[in-house]
Amino acid sequence: MKKIFIIAVGLVSFGVFAQETMHPSPAQSKTIVITGATLHVGNGTVRTGTVVIEKGKLKIEATAPTITASMEHIDATGKHVYPGIIAPNTNLGLVEVSSTKSTTDFEELGEIHPNIRSIVAYNTDSKVINTLRTNGVLLAQIVPQGGLIPGTSTVVQLDAWNWEDAAYAMDNGVHMTMPALINRPNNVGFRRREVESDPVKLGLERIATARNFFKEAQAYLNEKTHAEVNLKYEACKGLFDRSKSLYVNCDLVKEMLAAIQFANEFKFKLVIAGGADSWMIGDILRENNVAVILSEPHSLPATDDDAVDQPYKTGAMLQKAGVLFSICQDASDGYTQQRNLPFQAGTMAAYGLTQDQALQAITLNAAKILGIDARTGSLETGKDANILISSGDLLDMKSSQVTHAFIQGRAIDLANKHTQLFDRYKYKYSIK
Amino acid sequence: MRSTFLRWLVCFFMGLSLPIMAQVTYPLNDVASPKSGYYAFIHANIVKDAKTTLRNAVLIIKQGKIEAIGQNIPLPQDAIVVDCQNKFIYPSFIDAYSDYGSAPVQAGTFNYRAPSQMISNTKGPYAWNQALKTEVSFAKQFVVQDAKAKDLRKMGFGTVLSHQMDGISRGTGAVVTLAKEKENLVLLKERASAHYSLDKGSSTQDYPNSLMGSVALLRQNFLDAAWYKSKPAKEGMNLTLQSFNEQASLPQIFEVTDKWSALRADKIGDEFGVQYIIKASGNEYQRIDDMKATKASFILPVNYPQAMDLEDPTDARFVTVAELKHWELAPTNAGAFEKAGIPFALTTNGLKDVSQFLPNLRKAIQMGLSEQKALEALTSVPAGLIGMSDQVGSLEPGKLANFLISTGPIFAEKTQIVENWIQGNAYGQVSEAWNDVAGKYSLNIGKDPFSLKITGEAGAYKAQIIGKDTIAAEISQKESLVNLGYTSKADKGKKTRLTGTLQEGKWEGTGQLANGDWVSWQAVRESKAVSDSSRRMPAKAEELGAVVFPFNGYGQKTIPKSETILIKNATVWTNEKSGVLQGSDVLVKQGKIVQVGKGLKDASARVIDGTGKHVTAGIIDEHSHVGATGGINECSQSVTAEVRVADVVDPEDVDMYRQLSGGVTSSHILHGSCNTIGGQTQLLKFRWGQTAEGLKFANWDPFIKFALGENVKRSYNTTNARFPDTRMGVEQVLTDAFTRAQDYAKQGPGKRIDLELEALVEILQHKRFITCHSYVQSEITAMLRVADKFGFTVNTFTHILEGYKVADKMKAHGANASTFSDWWNYKMEVLDAIPANAYIMQKVGMNVAINSDDAEMARRLNQEAAKSVKYTGMSEEDALKMVTLNPAKMLHVADRVGSIKEGKDADLVIWSDHPLSIYAKSEKTIVDGAVVFDRELDAKLQADLKVEKQRLVQKMIAAKKGGASTRPAAPSFKAENMCEEDHNHGKSLWDRISHRMIITEN
Repeated sequence: MKKIFIIAVGLVSFGVFAQETMHPSPAQSKTIVITGATLHVGNGTVRTGTVVIEKGKLKIEATAPTITASMEHIDATGKHVYPGIIAPNTNLGLVEVSSTKSTTDFEELGEIHPNIRSIVAYNTDSKVINTLRTNGVLLAQIVPQGGLIPGTSTVVQLDAWNWEDAAYAMDNGVHMTMPALINRPNNVGFRRREVESDPVKLGLERIATARNFFKEAQAYLNEKTHAEVNLKYEACKGLFDRSKSLYVNCDLVKEMLAAIQFANEFKFKLVIAGGADSWMIGDILRENNVAVILSEPHSLPATDDDAVDQPYKTGAMLQKAGVLFSICQDASDGYTQQRNLPFQAGTMAAYGLTQDQALQAITLNAAKILGIDARTGSLETGKDANILISSGDLLDMKSSQVTHAFIQGRAIDLANKHTQLFDRYKYKYSIK
Repeated sequence: MRSTFLRWLVCFFMGLSLPIMAQVTYPLNDVASPKSGYYAFIHANIVKDAKTTLRNAVLIIKQGKIEAIGQNIPLPQDAIVVDCQNKFIYPSFIDAYSDYGSAPVQAGTFNYRAPSQMISNTKGPYAWNQALKTEVSFAKQFVVQDAKAKDLRKMGFGTVLSHQMDGISRGTGAVVTLAKEKENLVLLKERASAHYSLDKGSSTQDYPNSLMGSVALLRQNFLDAAWYKSKPAKEGMNLTLQSFNEQASLPQIFEVTDKWSALRADKIGDEFGVQYIIKASGNEYQRIDDMKATKASFILPVNYPQAMDLEDPTDARFVTVAELKHWELAPTNAGAFEKAGIPFALTTNGLKDVSQFLPNLRKAIQMGLSEQKALEALTSVPAGLIGMSDQVGSLEPGKLANFLISTGPIFAEKTQIVENWIQGNAYGQVSEAWNDVAGKYSLNIGKDPFSLKITGEAGAYKAQIIGKDTIAAEISQKESLVNLGYTSKADKGKKTRLTGTLQEGKWEGTGQLANGDWVSWQAVRESKAVSDSSRRMPAKAEELGAVVFPFNGYGQKTIPKSETILIKNATVWTNEKSGVLQGSDVLVKQGKIVQVGKGLKDASARVIDGTGKHVTAGIIDEHSHVGATGGINECSQSVTAEVRVADVVDPEDVDMYRQLSGGVTSSHILHGSCNTIGGQTQLLKFRWGQTAEGLKFANWDPFIKFALGENVKRSYNTTNARFPDTRMGVEQVLTDAFTRAQDYAKQGPGKRIDLELEALVEILQHKRFITCHSYVQSEITAMLRVADKFGFTVNTFTHILEGYKVADKMKAHGANASTFSDWWNYKMEVLDAIPANAYIMQKVGMNVAINSDDAEMARRLNQEAAKSVKYTGMSEEDALKMVTLNPAKMLHVADRVGSIKEGKDADLVIWSDHPLSIYAKSEKTIVDGAVVFDRELDAKLQADLKVEKQRLVQKMIAAKKGGASTRPAAPSFKAENMCEEDHNHGKSLWDRISHRMIITEN
């Protein structure tokens, strides 16, 4: 009998084994009621109440409705409900194995190509995606790189059959790489060229190139019809009507100032992506309404002299300065490492933010920056039910256990390649 | 003979100087004109050596040598007498570190994507390695380069020890004078010295491509040379090794580029009974006590860092305080050596512009070097170092007539070198200074009388013509010719121009007045200028920053010391059977944990209130690459078991301090993973502030790094020509290496000691232990079987991301595992990496650690361990052990570290929170009972750093304003050592900036 049981378990586990058999969830049919949980709203506050999910939308109620048979009830007493985490500024789905070129699709040739659209290469079947969902990352902004103006990004939700299903906010950001405005270091071998060029001078020339491009685009777009269509200019339309933001990838003060000047010149909505030194100019960023997507709080200090915990506390410094900010993991392994976004936020909470401010950085703030806050980013009535339940503090790996997650009300499968391989080898070694 | 004009004439001849010593073997193309070169220099202040000055004395030279020196000695009839008019005569300077007369050396290249160059391109019966150029005899390629000689003579030099500055073993140096003569005559000593460095120079060969490889090559070279003495038939004639043996008795001079390399060089010397003379880098003052302990003599450069333009504060932000401090303190280097009583010579080497030598030396004197030491360092000391004291270095009968004549004490600011005599021939420098024309003259221009007042020194005279008005005049003097020019008020901008000759005290000539009339003029000196006795530069009472240990922003004036510490009422994670103790105390004394329990007392202890805090053993990182310099990968060969991280520890790596702030107290520094058998590793304790030796974990079992898979087969290098290219080949590299090691071990006495095979034999004899970088199950199993075959155990599999697939096999073999918590998918061989890996291996019964292999992540290893709690439900205590006790066990040091137990080392962390929590911060990190990181102290260090940096930035800006030359501000970014050649996990700002530089092509 015991033997039969083991075989049965084995069959079951093999039955769900390969990730290839995991599938996106069907649209929500039953109303879901989550009771008893602490609600982390995502706007910096915590409350009690009941979360009702109907037709993919949230209703936050002070008291629980009568639970009927047609409802699915989740008793989350002692647990926590959070908005789904949003991962901005990532090449998720555009890369599978970062060091293997044939699996990378995020860096296009050429200098200026806002017409390049990340979404068309976004691979919903990347093995990485499910590992992120398991830790509560439910949405992501898929960003192309390469060249001065790498292209246009799309926000996706992470439970989809194909990229058209995945698109959550299509083509709503244009990205720019700010040339580095700093001299070459005197102590680090420079990888690509040995020439003694002046990178600041060259960088300013590159910025002038970008400026000229936008001037031409602006002039072009002033006219409705064209004998010859220019795809690159057309792709900038949303920048000029402010339906899209310009995301400028840069870190140093001078680069950020150049980005601000640039955006002001064209009246673009500006987001700084990177922002290692943003803590130095918080007031300027706030006054210019510039948002920041901070790169990895888990980074080394910028210089030997910087405080050992500077990247940890940059978030708190921006918060104090009144700057709208989120965080991202955009280093070369960032796409896989984004499952640590809640812990990166947790570190910011250890270094000056409250836990709910830190949560806000990866939820509502990210939604605001990406222009999707009307639909998601917080536990508020009317928003999409992109939420999750954790039995412990989501920001602390010591206790974070995501037990449920919903995207647009669909209860998603929290398994992934890793949980499946874990199961496979628990079986091999008879680990309970 | 008293006529000045005659003296000019003499000088004039000397300028053209026909050799006084013709080479008798050479045929003549003229009639013979023998010369005696007989001169008597009278009325001179003769500085015979740094301690002896003869006033109003006579120097007699003949045939290029000194015949006599003294006061009141008879003048030979047939000598040309030169009246020095109280000028000073010094021995000409000696530069013991020169490449004068050497052909320029090309820089070597290394490109790992290019096909490998496994052996030397040098043709002939020489060494296998192109960086070993021991056979080079500089004397045989020396050519007189008078343009360079001229620059050196101008600074007072007469003799140099010169060699070809190329390679790790550079061959012999030769002593030559700076005379403009045929090479035969200036070459004083053919084989004067043997030269070494850690820089492979023009070698294009792959090996060595790291600093540790350079050290290893040198070490092996010593052994090979010793072996070669037995005339091994298999080696044939090896002129490089032969030369090395022949040069053993010469002064051994070792050039370094950093204070730590000075210690490295000395240590290699100690291993083989050689005391090197160290050609220093200029930052040795930062560790002067350690320099003294080498017992070496030093050759010091005076090439101080150029100031930077720091007007832009965002540029200045990226210039480190360490760099600014060095800029300020570099001129104190020589003074520090003097104060410490370390013998040293001075060199022009390293100066871009040799004419900066005397100005820079004067700066050193202002900042603490005595003039006497400075002179010794240019004369007697280098003469002694290069074994030339019998010929140069002081003025004594029989020595070479190498001396200089100066207008005053040589190091005084306004002193000018009039002539530099080398081998009895004069080389005029500021010949005009023979005659100090400064003074007051009566001047008659035509019939009009004026006064002429001349101030300053030769080359920089200022003149005033005083009549009704006082008019500034232009004066220029060349030898005995003089020109004056002036414009009087009445001449409305038109200029009067006078030309003439000057003889002692009397000038005369002709000129053209502003109106065009020609006129004769004459000036007679009425009084000489009073010589200015305050011409020496006053020692500046300059505010200087302190030397701190380590020499960076987070160093202190004193190194933290072991204390008696009592931590009270904390939650103590013992990692022992007693588990987690609530409200418990830990007493630390003399670097050890002496008691753990409740209610402990010690009146002498510094009491730390641990209420609400957690105390754990210090974190141990099994796999790291911080704290090492000069490259962490010696990639040139698939087996480099001879290279040692121990040789390249960098005690000033700020990452150690950063990791102390994350609770790391010990770290295993590994060779990278670019080849199958990498280098020997080094376990460190982060005793922040100590030297390399002070950081090393004492008495630990030696380890070595192995690697398998993609990195060693260079999967991302499409032109790889280095065997192996597949995992099949990797297994054969291993099998071959141990087969060779077995055969080697069987060889009898007299064999060539091969450091590569010695290390492998140690593995076979279970005296050295492997930590093996590995990923996929096939290669793991293959490694196990190779080890089984040769009868040793693979101590540790590191990374081991597919370890969970073969945990049972590894367990059966007896291996430990050290892995990442959640890295995956960045390359093909980590596709199946899972966060449950550690847990599964542990459940199967292995000893498992979580390591960093990453300077950033090492700061959060406790939290990385906590991920196993999250992903697998591992117990919290087990998780913590993965970064403390378990790595201690796998490194064979669990008897001393890894848990909180009486008698163990006091390596402790006081955490603000539960040690596995994301909110936990180390408040104090203690190593051997010394508080090496303290969050409160850190805040103070940061505040001090800000003040010190601002002081220095302002000082540099002021220097620029004061006329100092500057270069554009260049940032200093830290280069993180990367395990792999190819893949960069990219967590430093420089990674991000350089990536953007590539993308946007600036």
